[in-house]
Order: sequence, then C-alpha cells, then structure tokens
Amino acid sequence: MSAFTSKFADELIANAAYIGTPGKGILAADESTGTIGKRLASINVENVETNRRNLRELLFTAPGALPCLSGVILFEETLYQKSSDGKLFVDILKEGGVLPGIKVDKGTVELAGTNGETTTQGLDGLGDRCKKYYEAGARFAKWRAVLKIGENEPSELSIHENAYGLARYAVICQENGLVPIVEPEILVDGSHDIQKCAAVTERVLAACYKALSDHHVLLEGTLLKPNMVTPGSDSPKVSPEVIAEHTVRALQRTVPAAVPAIVFLSGGQSEEEATKNLNAMNQLKTKKPWSLSFSFGRALQQSTLKTWAGKEENVKAAQEALYVRCKANSEATLGTYKGDAKLGDGAAESLHVKDYKY
Amino acid sequence: MSAFVGKYADELIKTAKYIATPGKGILAADESTGTIGKRFASINVENIESNRQALRELLFTSPGTFPCLSGVILFEETLYQKTSDGKPFVDLLMESGVIPGIKVDKGVVDLAGTNGETTTQGLDSLGTRCQEYYKAGARFAKWRAVLKIGATEPSELSIQDNAKGLARYAIICQENGLVPIVEPEILTDGSHDIKQCAAVTETVLAAVYKALNEHHVLLEGTLLKPNMVTPGSDSPKVTPEVIADYTVTALRRTVPPAVPGIVFLSGGQSEEEATLNLNAMNKLDVLKPWTLTFSFGRALQQSTLKAWAGKTENVAKAQATFLTRCKANSDATLGKYTGGASGDSAASESLYVKGYKY
Repeated sequence: MSAFTSKFADELIANAAYIGTPGKGILAADESTGTIGKRLASINVENVETNRRNLRELLFTAPGALPCLSGVILFEETLYQKSSDGKLFVDILKEGGVLPGIKVDKGTVELAGTNGETTTQGLDGLGDRCKKYYEAGARFAKWRAVLKIGENEPSELSIHENAYGLARYAVICQENGLVPIVEPEILVDGSHDIQKCAAVTERVLAACYKALSDHHVLLEGTLLKPNMVTPGSDSPKVSPEVIAEHTVRALQRTVPAAVPAIVFLSGGQSEEEATKNLNAMNQLKTKKPWSLSFSFGRALQQSTLKTWAGKEENVKAAQEALYVRCKANSEATLGTYKGDAKLGDGAAESLHVKDYKY
Repeated sequence: MSAFVGKYADELIKTAKYIATPGKGILAADESTGTIGKRFASINVENIESNRQALRELLFTSPGTFPCLSGVILFEETLYQKTSDGKPFVDLLMESGVIPGIKVDKGVVDLAGTNGETTTQGLDSLGTRCQEYYKAGARFAKWRAVLKIGATEPSELSIQDNAKGLARYAIICQENGLVPIVEPEILTDGSHDIKQCAAVTETVLAAVYKALNEHHVLLEGTLLKPNMVTPGSDSPKVTPEVIADYTVTALRRTVPPAVPGIVFLSGGQSEEEATLNLNAMNKLDVLKPWTLTFSFGRALQQSTLKAWAGKTENVAKAQATFLTRCKANSDATLGKYTGGASGDSAASESLYVKGYKY
C-alpha cells in the first residue's frame, strides 16, 4: 500500500478533520519548562510547578475560550497536571470539546558542517512514548523542525534531514493513535524579501510531502503547521493581503488536498498581525481545499500573560484577554474578523526574538 | 524563485486553465506514423499520407464536436497538414476554440539492467523544436513516460528517471510557450489488484511532483495526464465507483491544488468504460481542486475508425459516431453521463493490447 493504514486510521482521520473545523483552532501551550521560564521571567513570576500549573489552569478554564478551540498542545508535565479542583487538565479539555495534544520532540541540535542549521531530536523510543501519551488522553502530537534562510541556507542537507525526521515522527505517531502535526518552521530572521521566503517555503514543503509519501504517512490523518510567507524580520513589512496571497499560493503548489487542515504558527508576529494575516487568507478567493486555521502560542497568550502577571486577582481580566484573542482568531478562520478586538496590553507588540530558541 | 516565471507565464496559466474547462477535454490524435499504421491495418486502409490526412480531417471537421473539445494533440506531420480546402488544421482548430498541441517525445528505450523498464527520449534540442512548434500554432505539448507494475517494478531507477525526464521536458516547454502535459503512464498489464495500482500511482505521482518542484516548473501552467487507478488487466474488473474512489484518493494525496486540470488517459479501456469511469469520478462527492477530464485517443476514435473504414461515403456516419463519444465524455466531465451513448458494439470493445507500444 502507499499510505500505512493502522488500526487507528479512522480515528486519525476523524480527529484531524475535527481539529480543522472552521471557527476553531489550536492553542499551543506546550512551552517546555525552560521556555515557559523565560515567559514567566518577563512578568516577574517564579518558574515553579505551581505557577506553571496556575497559568495553564487560567488558560483552560477561561470562559468562552474552549468553544474557539479544537485542540491544545501540551508539554509532558502539563499532560499529567490537574486543576485546583483536582480535575485532570486533559479531562477539562475533552469535556470542552478540545482535543489534547502533546509535544514529542526533544529540541534541536546543530548539523555539523553547516552554518548553524539544525535537526530535531526525539525519535528514540518515540513509539513507546506515544503509546503512553495516548493512554493519558493525548490524541495528536507536534514536532518542530527548524530551518533558516540565509545566503546558502537552507542547505539541501538541512531540508532533507528535517523532512525525513518529520516523516519518521509522523508515521510513528500514526502507528500509535496520535495525529501528527507536521511543523517545518522556516524562521523569519533575515533581510530577505517575501519572494525569497515563498521560494524557500515551496521547496521545503515539497520535500516534506515527498518524505511523507516515502514513509507511507496517511495524509488524511495529519495536519500541517507551517510559517506564513512573509518578508524577513529585517525587511519592510507588507500588508496582510500580500502575505495571504504568497502564503496560499505556496500551499497550493505543495500541499495535497488530502491534508484536512493547515494550522499556522505565528512566529514572531504580534497577536494582531497574526490574526489579520490569517483573516486575509480566509478572505482570499482562490482554491483552498484544506481549512486554514491557527496553532498559536505567543500570539494567543501574550496579552493574557501580561494581564495576569502572576497575580490571583488578575485571573479574570487575563481570561477575558485570552477570550478576546481566541474569538478574534476564530473569526479569522472564517474570514470575518473586523479588526475590532479589544486590544489588550501588548496585542500589537511584536513577539519577534532574533534567532528564537525554544 | 521557486517556480520559473518566464515571459510566457500568463499565457501558460491561461491556456492550461482553458484546456481544463469543465465540459471540455482533449482528443489525442497524435499517433505516430507507425502507430496510426496499426490502426489503419485493422480497418484495411493503406498507411499513406493522404489517408492520414483524411482521417484527421474527418475528426477535425466533425459537426458539433468543437464545443466538447478544448484541445487536440497532434503528431508533427499533422501540425503542418491542411484540409482538402487548403486550410491549415491548426487554423481550423484555433478558430473553433480548440487549442492545438504537439507530441514532443521520441518514444521509449529500455533501461539497461532493469526487467524491461523504459525511459523516454526527446530532450535533445527540445527547446528549439518547441519554438518551431509554437510558431506553427501549437500551444501545449505532450510527453509520455511509461512505467509498469511487477514483482520488483516499478524500480526506484525507473521512477526517478522518468520523473526527471518529465520535469526537464516540462520546464523546457514552459521556457518556450507550450503548456506541458505531464504523462506518467503506469501500464495496466498484470495480475495485481487495484490497491497495488493505487500504491504505485501514489508513489509515482509523489516523485513526479517532487521533480517538477526541483526543476522550478510553474504548476499553474501544466496539466497532468495520469492513468486511472484500476485492477491489472489480468485481474477481475471492478465498478466505475470503485475506480473513481481509488483514483481520486490517489490524486488528492499527490497532486497539488495549483494544477488546474487532470486529463486522464484511457489506456486499454473500451470507449464506454473510459466514459463511465470519468463520469463516476466527477460524481464523487469529495473535494477535488482540479477539474477531471479526458485526453483520450483510442477511447474517442475506436468506433469512428471502424465506421469510416477508409471510405468517403462513410465520413458522415463516422463523424456522427465521433460526436456521440465526444458528447458522452463532455457529459462525463460534468458527472452527467447516463450511459449507453451508442448502441455500437465497438463502444464496449476493450482496447487493451498487452505490452502496448505506441
């Protein structure tokens, strides 16, 4: 057979399709302990387990937020955490119609002989880990591959290595009941223009789908999490319509219709930028056989974090801030966002960090 | 850039889109002199230029057929031929809204060390030839790669070589103003089941689109001419609905939405089979981001040839027969064909020839 059809095939297809439900998207709350430490540091909150738990409880119990979401990506620690009521987070999410997902990669390591390019670790024992995560309630997974644009980058080695890593991860997930989100992030760092980003994105995505085909991945049971096609961080900005046009064209040229949904990463975009760009894509009148939605981390949580600042008395306001961004992005998946979301503190703030490392 | 956007880009996109117009399709009338000789032999007609001219004139002046056709593929000799009134065929076609195309490959040769697998020739001076064909009025081209299914076939070598040949041909065409029809035909010969055909088709198409990406081919200015996914010729037949399901699934998994149209080859299918299968695909209730139409040779001409039998007094009858098949296939592209277009027994006659060589 071409696609591997495991006992989980029907479930994978149903879950992938559900995640792509128009009006819904993914909250990426899978920051590793180290990464969440940086976020907490920025609001002067100590990086201890209770605070990490408090933040996630704030997010998952925010009134009105869950109906805008089809999935939440969790870090391993969070998969086993409970609310202050003693209820497992995964159960809160499931009851709210939200599928729990799990980050399964183990970060990047450098590719020797390249100019700072990386590959992603995490394949060892991945099958067993996926089984455990499935038992704990996870139904999808995420693995972040990272590429960069430079004079000689991305190299053929980097493209090939990352594409094949994603493919191995994807089929192992499917063998164990988890829908793999395939994430080949091309960093925004650089002074290149949008055409260059488009060319690289098309090349990388073509390599990914060739690798997925070679590894017998069932595309109907996967999701794609790509970067939007934008100018480099050191280049002049362009309008959401231009971003939408280049992004959707790149996807039309590379992503087979069998993939049910594309859930964009936000990179270093501000909350408002990310929402406007997604909205513009969904307004574009052109062939889009996959739904276009979000899988935002920083672009959903920035204002919320600032509003919370680690204080109990701010929880309600912080939850409202989260709801505002969730609603805005939910509308953006339908192309109906009017740009009128009550802008929270920091909603327009660029979240770009040069050479960002998770 | 990823896709090469030369001076002909807009024209290529427009032409490809036009050829893919729902309700229309392609008449493949590009039989080489040798191949048309075999057809003539079957109806006891001498293989001389005037007979070849007479057959094509019969086809190209059939009343009522032009609205069903968006293109006709010609052999080089025919590109320069005229009607008995002295009008060049290409002018007649263009005036009637039918775009002339040209077969540019030079047949297959064996790949040494394989079990009878082949690659296709024709790249030498292809650019120059395309320029001449463009001047003569051609606006699209066709190149047939051939693969087979066997215990160890298609081999990785065969897939890679044929995919690369198609990609080089495609970009050279686009540099010179011709829309390339990309044809990776997987022969029906064999006792394999439909699942095996599906797996091979998906693998081959994935390799083809990877190669097209590597060679910077502008997908919006191409067409795909694949085999339908069917059981092998020595295996039990299945219904048109089953063929439609497997075929469309294979295409959804491999053909990027940027491709405007898929124009199926008929292989050894009878006229009626080919039409019913195409119809079933267009009735399938699943998202198809490209139009599905025909590029039939034998499956459009078989009954017509028999009705003509080389005799002038049969021309009107033969043309009426041709119109019947054109109309049937036009309806099939809209999912409107109700079957039994002609009571002609020839319409149901299998056109399968083992180890078919053009």
